[in-house]
Amino acid sequence: MSDHQDAVLEVNHVHRDDVGARMGMWLFLLTEVLLFGGLFLVYAVYRYQYPDQFRIAGMELNTSIGTLNTIILLTSSLTVAISIAAIQKGNKLLSVIMLSLTLVMAFMFLVNKFFEWETKFSHGIIPGSKEMTSKPNGQILFYGLYFVMTGLHALHVIIGMIILAFMLVFVIRNKITEGNYVKLENSGLYWHLVDLIWIFLFPLFYLVQ
Amino acid sequence: MANGTIAMTDLPVPKAEKSFFEQSTNKHSGILSWLLTTDHKRIGLMYMFGIISFFLVGAIIGLLMRLELLSPGGKIFSAQTYNSLFTLHGVIMIFLFIIPGIPAIFGNFFLPIQIGARDVAFPRLNLLSWYVYIVGAILALTSLFLPGGPIDTGWTFYIPYSVRSGSNVSLAIFAAFILGFSSILTGINFVTTTHRLRAPGMSFFKMPLFVWATYATAWIQIIATPVIAITILLVIIERAFGVGIFDPALGGDPVLYQHMFWIYSHPAVYIMILPAMGVVSEIIPTFARRTIFGYKQIAYSSLAIAFIGYLVWGHHMFSSGQSDTSNWIFSLLTFLVALPSGVKIFNWVATMYKGSIDPQPPFLWVMSFIVLFSIGGLTGLVLGALATDIHLTDTYFVVAHFHYVMFGGTGTIFIAAFHYWFPKMFGKMYNLKFAKIAVVTYFIGFNMLYFPKFIMGYLGMPRRYYDYLPMYTPYQRISTYGSWILVSTLFFIVGYFIHAYFRGKKATSNPWGGVTLEWHIPSPPPVENFKVIPVITHDPYDFSQLKEMKDE
Repeated sequence: MSDHQDAVLEVNHVHRDDVGARMGMWLFLLTEVLLFGGLFLVYAVYRYQYPDQFRIAGMELNTSIGTLNTIILLTSSLTVAISIAAIQKGNKLLSVIMLSLTLVMAFMFLVNKFFEWETKFSHGIIPGSKEMTSKPNGQILFYGLYFVMTGLHALHVIIGMIILAFMLVFVIRNKITEGNYVKLENSGLYWHLVDLIWIFLFPLFYLVQ
Repeated sequence: MANGTIAMTDLPVPKAEKSFFEQSTNKHSGILSWLLTTDHKRIGLMYMFGIISFFLVGAIIGLLMRLELLSPGGKIFSAQTYNSLFTLHGVIMIFLFIIPGIPAIFGNFFLPIQIGARDVAFPRLNLLSWYVYIVGAILALTSLFLPGGPIDTGWTFYIPYSVRSGSNVSLAIFAAFILGFSSILTGINFVTTTHRLRAPGMSFFKMPLFVWATYATAWIQIIATPVIAITILLVIIERAFGVGIFDPALGGDPVLYQHMFWIYSHPAVYIMILPAMGVVSEIIPTFARRTIFGYKQIAYSSLAIAFIGYLVWGHHMFSSGQSDTSNWIFSLLTFLVALPSGVKIFNWVATMYKGSIDPQPPFLWVMSFIVLFSIGGLTGLVLGALATDIHLTDTYFVVAHFHYVMFGGTGTIFIAAFHYWFPKMFGKMYNLKFAKIAVVTYFIGFNMLYFPKFIMGYLGMPRRYYDYLPMYTPYQRISTYGSWILVSTLFFIVGYFIHAYFRGKKATSNPWGGVTLEWHIPSPPPVENFKVIPVITHDPYDFSQLKEMKDE
């Protein structure tokens, strides 16, 4: 950085502190974990209360789409990680390709999710609908939680895509470089969190029966 | 340089030292230089305007409620209006005043200065938190005027009524959700600032106790707030789509809602009180001219309160139908949390012992705090004990208890902090005689307003009623008269501070003889706080520095 830039930064009170930036990100991720933690708590309470109906309702879900989405999301975490490693080594092209692949996979995840929800809707499984409220309480709760938790997760996927799209632009415009990649690193952390939450959602809804 | 990556210490500083009022941190001047500023001091002052405005609005709503209760018969407002009034009073006072109050104003202004930094770790994020706060406030205000009417559920938004109520519940609690974001972002900022930006030589145990308290508070903000965020979100989803998660008609469990609400809202009580305790630990040594007694114990007790305070939420639910086992465990933990609070009180009193006390206004406010907060704390134990709590649940006793703790505790210290730091923040001195009068009338008005509520509560007067039996009339009268004294005192205080800002005498850089870092720099502080980042060699309350400071 030139002296001139230093002076401007100084007056703006903005300084560069990569360790601090990472620390802030981890603290933010902790709040995200606690946010979903509240939902997992609710899930645990109702699963304990209505074990049989949770099992019946869980069998309705499409395990193959769930598995496919798990594979997609895990792979997208790998590509983000490679993208960060690439920029650290100064390989901009590889970083751009990997980030783009991540975005494509995130999109694929959402498309699958859309079709999955669509199928549920076409079977009348819509929160608050007549068909839904006529089901036993445990099943209402299972689907309620299913829509809320996967919905909130999908929202996080969308936010993650927006962040990663910005990072892609930054890498292309050399705002994120070999010597200054903490933004990309933090976005990667966020993406891993989105992945992590899914890793818990998947067995709770699709596998445990 | 202690921290390799923080390249700030050896940069050129502006030659003529202007205060942060006179020098913008961006290319704009005028109002934009404030709205787009990244300076922690300016952001602190911007919070101040919002928070004090809401405090006065909340106080006026409280005044109206007291007016309604002047005599039995419910003559002024309808029951529905009264429901909205106490809900608004609660929501405004809690989410817009007392939670952000001390951390957002004084934490922003003094945390970086007290650790010898030029700003917080994330200045732009700090500005964002302010905007998020303002957006939340605007949403809360909007919800008042939309069709459906202002929220009437009480500030606890208990299910199932909050799902059934036709008032604007969703928008109002969404405002609380947004305000929670502001709180989280501030918390992340303060924790990182404390870890990363301490001046060379300032180890954790050389930090002023206000920094310790703000640091502990920031942790609670980070750990507790997401839980209320998801709870609020679930209530909104419940209202919009009827998913059934809390609605008993669809299999949901309203008691589960209460658990999740209090998992946040009880720690939130400590978000409110801990920073106040930090301010007390600053004021007492300064005016007793004596290093604080039991520095480490006070520092650790902040962490202990933050930790144990996270585990006592169930004491709000002794009569909600949770199991007896839960009840006695939560009761036990509640008694435990009184210990670190007691440690603090004894340490403060011990600090004064054999000190050379200078009874200036900030100190007098702290004395008022110690009495009011002790009454509040001890009556808290009455409510924490299972047998007595059953008798007192949902009575005025609870209302009196938390007003003594929150208003008598945090509110009093909020005012004390202004008296202590006003000369530093604005470079002007207020009228000391006025301030001393205000302490007395505040104390009288406060006790008149809230003490009768202990008695009424014990006699069985339920909270949140717009009318009462004639037997309570004398107590209700005293209480209402007290509210007039108290609210006039509040406006008197605002008045003499405004007068001091425009007409007050110029304050010196160290009017009280304090030794923490903010008293080493000019009043009001320059934009960069410190010409050269100081190297810390003294303990935070080492008054032997005073002599060398005079030579500075």
